[in-house]
Amino acid sequence: MRLTALIRRDLRRAWRGGGAAWPVAFFLLVACLFPFAVGPDAALLARIGGGVIWAAALLAALLPVDRLVGPDVEAGVIDQFAVRQLSLALVGFAKTVAHWLGFAPPLMAAAVVAAGLFDLSAQTLLRVEIGLLIGTPGLAALAVATSGLVAGLRGSGAVAGLVMLPLAVPLLIFGAGSIDGGGGALKLLAAVSLLLTAGAPWIAAAAIRAGMD
Amino acid sequence: MTALAFADVGCVRGGRPLFAELAFALHDGDAALVTGPNGVGKSSLLRIAAGLLRPSAGRVVRDGAIGLLGEAHALDPERPLAQALAFWVGGRATAALAAVGLDRLADVPVRVLSTGQRRRAGLARVIGSDAPIWLLDEPANGLDANGVAMIAAAIAAHRAGGGIVLVATHQPIVLPSARAIALAPCG
Repeated sequence: MRLTALIRRDLRRAWRGGGAAWPVAFFLLVACLFPFAVGPDAALLARIGGGVIWAAALLAALLPVDRLVGPDVEAGVIDQFAVRQLSLALVGFAKTVAHWLGFAPPLMAAAVVAAGLFDLSAQTLLRVEIGLLIGTPGLAALAVATSGLVAGLRGSGAVAGLVMLPLAVPLLIFGAGSIDGGGGALKLLAAVSLLLTAGAPWIAAAAIRAGMD
Repeated sequence: MTALAFADVGCVRGGRPLFAELAFALHDGDAALVTGPNGVGKSSLLRIAAGLLRPSAGRVVRDGAIGLLGEAHALDPERPLAQALAFWVGGRATAALAAVGLDRLADVPVRVLSTGQRRRAGLARVIGSDAPIWLLDEPANGLDANGVAMIAAAIAAHRAGGGIVLVATHQPIVLPSARAIALAPCG
């Protein structure tokens, strides 16, 4: 079974009904809440805008976390992968790629709209987009690893948030930091994202394997 | 040569011993019927045979690919049957559907199939997998008389081609000259 077939399957499942609209709508909704909360101070909004976009991106990545691995475990799909001697880490990697394709490109497009809401300058928007491009693979990987850990638990959505959000803090710090921090923060963001992308499929595989016993 | 062998295999689930020192060997064309009351460990035995569960003792030898029919059909519910099946078996989907009598439902989404039709679809996945060792967990569940006869015929054809079949069931399925593995409650 080829990697592309796995990615296509997960992507199809993610986009079925609603498609890219869900993460985008959720992301914009979260971004919209902040101006209501902090008031119509244009200077303040422009200053916090980049950080808000990052926090909203984090929540959008978390949104489908209980649908990434759990349903496949229940439907026996993971069992079928296992008896075909397919590496579960490869399955985890395919899920990471599919999750990233499902939420990151639409979210980067929506970030342009959010930048308008916060009156961000073109230069700030560019930095945010570069940061998102580098950081979102790490977010997707973290979501898949979390999904593997909470698969089969009751009320997995709430537990998933508690597991994933603290681990995403480095991405948030360096992502938001790269907006006015420059190159150093961007490199650290890339390092964290790379570490998560490389490590998360193995964590997901070990968690799924442990859940089989 | 295809083979599936258990050497003194034991299984403990949730701290409770299910069976111990189970030994048998199946070779080309052999079949075994695992019987016993509910909860005695039939499904666990099959999951151990599939390599999904580690035995608490002993060793399992598998020489050949595994086709597993578990409780779940593992077919994407929203997709048309033929496409959902093709994800697992590729171009063999049409022939496999014909073998289980579902060829007329190829374009129907999996979610609208009946229980018995899903069972047949699951068997089509095993037939299409081309694996020499079949592990079937309650294959006759939800099937009508025709379906049970269809399963018996599919198993016979698989054995005639040198395949191995291990069936766990509490329903009567005709398996000529099959080894009987009767599990009894332990302790």
